[in-house]
Amino acid sequence: MDLSDFAEEISDSGPVTIAGMSTRGGPVPEVRTVMAPSGVEWIKPEEMTVCCGAGTSMAELDAALDLVGQYVVIPPSGTVGGALALGHSGIRRLGNGPIRDALLQMRYVSATGDVVKIGGPTVKNVTGFDLCRLMVGSRGTLGFFGEVILRTQPRAPYEQWYCSTGDPWDLLRSLYRPVSVLWDGVRCYVLLEGETRDVQAEASAHGLGSCDPPDLTRLVHRWSVPPASIQTSLALIDAQPGCFLAELGVGIIHLDDVAPEQSVSMQVRDLHRRIKHNLDPDGRLNPGVSVIGTQSAMSEARPI
Amino acid sequence: MKMAKVEDAPDYRLRTVIAALREAIGSDAVLTDSAERALYRKDASNMEGRTSVVCLPDSTDQVAACVRIAAEHGVAFVARGSGTGLAGGAVPMDDAIVIAVTRMNAILSVDTDNRMAWVQPGLLNLDLSHQISHLGLHFAPDPSSQQICSIGGNVANNSGGPHCLAEGVTSSHILGLEVVLPDGSVTILGGEDPEPDGLDLRGVFVGSEGMLGITTAVCVRLTPNPPHIATLLMDFAEVDDGANLVSDIIAAGIVPAAVEMMDQLCLVAVEGYINAGLPVDSAAALLVEVVGLEHRVAAEVAQITELARRRRVRTIRTAADEAERALLWKGRKSAFGAIARIKPNYYLHDTVVPRSQLTRVLQQVYEIAARHELAVLNVFHAGDGNLHPLLLFDKREPGIMERVHAAGEEIVRASVDAGGVLSGEHGIGLEKRDLMGLMFSDVDLEAQSLVRGAFDPHSLANPHKVLPSPATCGDIHQIPEGAWI
Repeated sequence: MDLSDFAEEISDSGPVTIAGMSTRGGPVPEVRTVMAPSGVEWIKPEEMTVCCGAGTSMAELDAALDLVGQYVVIPPSGTVGGALALGHSGIRRLGNGPIRDALLQMRYVSATGDVVKIGGPTVKNVTGFDLCRLMVGSRGTLGFFGEVILRTQPRAPYEQWYCSTGDPWDLLRSLYRPVSVLWDGVRCYVLLEGETRDVQAEASAHGLGSCDPPDLTRLVHRWSVPPASIQTSLALIDAQPGCFLAELGVGIIHLDDVAPEQSVSMQVRDLHRRIKHNLDPDGRLNPGVSVIGTQSAMSEARPI
Repeated sequence: MKMAKVEDAPDYRLRTVIAALREAIGSDAVLTDSAERALYRKDASNMEGRTSVVCLPDSTDQVAACVRIAAEHGVAFVARGSGTGLAGGAVPMDDAIVIAVTRMNAILSVDTDNRMAWVQPGLLNLDLSHQISHLGLHFAPDPSSQQICSIGGNVANNSGGPHCLAEGVTSSHILGLEVVLPDGSVTILGGEDPEPDGLDLRGVFVGSEGMLGITTAVCVRLTPNPPHIATLLMDFAEVDDGANLVSDIIAAGIVPAAVEMMDQLCLVAVEGYINAGLPVDSAAALLVEVVGLEHRVAAEVAQITELARRRRVRTIRTAADEAERALLWKGRKSAFGAIARIKPNYYLHDTVVPRSQLTRVLQQVYEIAARHELAVLNVFHAGDGNLHPLLLFDKREPGIMERVHAAGEEIVRASVDAGGVLSGEHGIGLEKRDLMGLMFSDVDLEAQSLVRGAFDPHSLANPHKVLPSPATCGDIHQIPEGAWI
């Protein structure tokens, strides 16, 4: 994918912001706006990799991968680049892994207007520093994502949501590698995948009844806590049953209230300042956007 | 000629540093004797450096104290675990202080419900899995050196292993790190909560080869032991058939727990070593393991068996019990020990190619070795395209090292030309530092350097590794003997 036009548009001076489909907050207002290239470049099912423009919609990518029976662990809304820039994982994280593990290689445009390649095209690679991990969740403050190579996974032959009113922590302990275990204070929603007979046997052994997926549309805010302190955290904010969904074993609590700020150490703040300064000394990329302390202000249109 | 001030003399500075280190962590934890220091001059690569003093701290506070002293005096430092690295990552440059964390080898806490544990960096990889096996859990990354390599070293190298095909490499199993930054301050990167505020600094620290600071505690993700396991050994008359089967399996939507390949020379060497009844008359064998719930394992075994038949598999041996499974894995993991039966020395390479290119690049590896009149043996993580050609030689033979290095560099170039990468799990260290340009432009490398500079503005943490520096062209004498230049 040729990124020279994208790089030229971003250029090397003046404030600039990047827009996707505005499902995760949108571009910085009143700043010159660019958009990343879109389109699926290639899919290599036997490598379990896909290459696409960062501006590609998740709907388009999912549809293309569906044709070869594969998927990426990126929540299905907005653009690929937007999802990676925010860095929030979907509710399948417990079983399928976090979004940060999906990115293998990226070419982004730097504050100096250069196209920079990080990572590598193969599923295994330790060549140089792992800057892909740094870019996931960087909210367009370190570089504007142009083209990505992502790791794909094969779709399981069968998956099903189940419900239970049993002890959710018992389920978490005893189920073999569930994809998701969500708890709303009363009911537990479990997503299982695999061979049909295995999934059904697991469900019946644990007294699970099949059900529709839980509804997260109202719960637009998320709180990240150590999974061992989910209950303490819920008690702390006096969360009422039914007004939250907690990802057990992970530690994300979906709420309709703004989550409290997380504490960040002075050293970590310092590192953020120095990384931003070194990569974008004039602060021209997404000016005013901070990756610290904005967790609570961000929301997701569709968190699944 | 001007007289240098006493304070500026290297000896004086060194004496001051050593005195400060002794004061901070105790004399018994500071090694200065030349014979003791010599043990820390190298890792498992064939490169050597030089250290002025070795520290053996037993706590985070002591590591921080050592780093603060290094920072105050502007002296380089290198973190070290078990020293099993193969790329020279732990070889001390610039007379660096070696900070070996081997005394910090405890499991600090285990949370079985949420499947995580805090451990110290000197803990050996296999010791962790052994000590938690009664909980039905294990640490998934399993480098071949897992009996002796440390978790801290795994973090520094983002290590892989056979079972990383399905489970992912070390970074996927690290939730948080307590680190000492190059200024001696201590902080946590990442953590038990899944989305800590800010950038994923944990992610960039993993695999940074000790150049961003020193890990002093690690929060690892633990993996449940699978209820069912099937281990298959399949052998082929042609290497190509085995290599092509790897792509067939993945394209069919199956991600086995592991897919390892051994070529004939390897099979013969290992069989002579462990007598496991390996198919020594075949050109290659694949060791395939599928794990999970009962029906999934059965379905995948059936599918793989069918795909293997289409690739003209000769025999399929299924491990009947845990003892036979252990024997087959012992065959794979003892390959490096078995090699001594062929030649006294070997040079192990580590590159990755797209799975679809395995056949072609393997052919090139054989051709390159033949052209340099070297024996080559292949035993590798075929499932993720991670090649491990071993060049076999006797270093007493005059001129042999030149041929070994020339062949090695050609193998690396062939891998990158095929759309692959310089290293899959061993890292860059000193060994491949000057080959980084094969994959990255100057602009790409500058970005890596800027991130390094944000953590370590004075380049004191493990200097001269990973990043080639145009400014060090004149410092080529610093590259220890045995490194590629």
